[in-house]
Amino acid sequence: MLYASKGQTAAAKQKEPFGVRWAKNWQRYKFIYIMLLPVVAYYIIFHYIPMGGAVIAFQDYTPAKGILGSDWVGMRNFVDFLTGPYAWRLIRNTLLLNVYQIIFGFPAPILLALLINEVRCKPYKKFVQTISYMPHFISLVVICGLLMTFCRTDGLFNDFLALFGAERSSLLARPELFRTIFTASGIWQSVGWGSIIYLATLSNVDPNLHEAAAIDGASRVQRMLHVSFPCLVPVIIVQLIMRLGNILTQGFEKIILLYSPLTYETADVISSYVYRRGLEQMDYSFGSAVGIFNSAVNLTMLVLANYVSRRTTEESLW
Amino acid sequence: MVERTTTGDKIFLAIDYVLMGLIAVVCLYPMLHVLCASLSDPLQLMNHTGVLLWPRGYSLKGYEIVLQNPNILTGYLNTAVYVGFGTFINILLSTMGAYALSRKGYMFKKGITIGIVFTMYFSGGLIPNFLLVKGIGLYNSRWALLLPGAIATWNLIVMKTSFQAIPASLEESAKIDGANDFVVLFQIFMPVAKATLAVMILFYAVANWNSWFNAMIYLQDRKKYPLQLFLREILISNSTSGNTNPDADVFFLDEVIKYATIIITTVPILCVYPFAQKYFMSGVMLGSLKE
Repeated sequence: MLYASKGQTAAAKQKEPFGVRWAKNWQRYKFIYIMLLPVVAYYIIFHYIPMGGAVIAFQDYTPAKGILGSDWVGMRNFVDFLTGPYAWRLIRNTLLLNVYQIIFGFPAPILLALLINEVRCKPYKKFVQTISYMPHFISLVVICGLLMTFCRTDGLFNDFLALFGAERSSLLARPELFRTIFTASGIWQSVGWGSIIYLATLSNVDPNLHEAAAIDGASRVQRMLHVSFPCLVPVIIVQLIMRLGNILTQGFEKIILLYSPLTYETADVISSYVYRRGLEQMDYSFGSAVGIFNSAVNLTMLVLANYVSRRTTEESLW
Repeated sequence: MVERTTTGDKIFLAIDYVLMGLIAVVCLYPMLHVLCASLSDPLQLMNHTGVLLWPRGYSLKGYEIVLQNPNILTGYLNTAVYVGFGTFINILLSTMGAYALSRKGYMFKKGITIGIVFTMYFSGGLIPNFLLVKGIGLYNSRWALLLPGAIATWNLIVMKTSFQAIPASLEESAKIDGANDFVVLFQIFMPVAKATLAVMILFYAVANWNSWFNAMIYLQDRKKYPLQLFLREILISNSTSGNTNPDADVFFLDEVIKYATIIITTVPILCVYPFAQKYFMSGVMLGSLKE
């Protein structure tokens, strides 16, 4: 009887015209829709309209003519960018800065979490954690201001280097050092905060696993590598996929604060170029084209990373 | 638990403890350096090289000049508005959206969810966003700092996950008593999920406090500048503009002014976060849960 009535209502729902279904739905869920209204409006206005607005990448857009009145130029802006003198430099810098960050910056919080997890003295553990979170709460502008001060000829970093006999120089004006400074300071900023997710995962590891391993004679190092670490792997993979999806966007604000024409050779990345060409020189169409290129590469990397991961490790975002 | 500590384990622990101590020192030292330098005598500081573990001489000259700078006060007041009002908008919209997405059975839910999640992976880019803000008349308005970032999709998803974990019986019994969804959300769900809510408030507030780029591209009127933008002028562009104290132009005071500025603008937030620390883990973990 119960099944029959369920089947009937399902069949009835199928037959009801959209208007009737919507009326019933509205009656029952109207407060949900009222709540969603500002949220959906926000996403349409501030996310989907700009996505549509990105068509100016295919135009010779001028504000006076507007999107509807500007001339269409097809792929010209993309071709101009990709064949222009800076395309290779920008793509190379963007990729290299990100590869550095992934090779050195990505494992750092994992290692920190594993090591903090081995600390048995609770107050000391808590102290190290609290201090390591601190850089996350210092604003980017202040961090970059500090870096600039420390990198000056008479700054703290040069004081250290001078101890080892190095000649004093303005470190941020040297293109060959930019990637190192950027990556190292990035690790400083995020290693503690990034370790939280791994520490939280480690705190949920079944203590029986460790006990069993200890009974079998595993040392602390062995337990860390063969019990704790495997428990982190699924989280690591998801974090890595998401990181790869941002391969061309990371650290844009920091670059704008730190770079200068002296270091463009290694520091100028796609998004900082979009900012200079698009907003400082008001070359809107060209800037949009470079921006779309950036977004498209990001999305491709994400889909690719997710696909590879799903095939090889059965972990994936979707 | 059986703890058989071998020599190897002891060596490992010793290395681990020392290493953790070193990391704490590296994380802490830059701010300690800034604090000592800001309290130092300007001339002695200029001649000093290497690490600072204690102020060289003692002078509050830097603080005196910074506190007389009207830009710092203007910046602080504006930032207070952007953090206070901005975070309020963030939380209001995020909780309503999260609540709606955590409910079941209504039409268009799937489409709306997909539409929202997609924006995490693809965006129109900087220029179209800029043209939009200009186009709808927000340029040089305080709203330009409040509206474009009103919802961080990541936080919305975190909030939604925590709402989904609340037992359905709570909602059902309230509905039977005649409560509508707004009452359920604000009087039942928000108090139940207050740990997640605390993390959300912290994340949004920190992001609002740190934000400078939107202010730089959208604001012209210096009266509306947030603190970070004035900080950028002082720390990055090396401009002492806005200082009313005649001493501010003296070159050897440059250093202490910068250091004092950093302390005055950074210490408030550094004093707050340790108290919210117990919520960090639950917040970050919720965000890592997949569908």
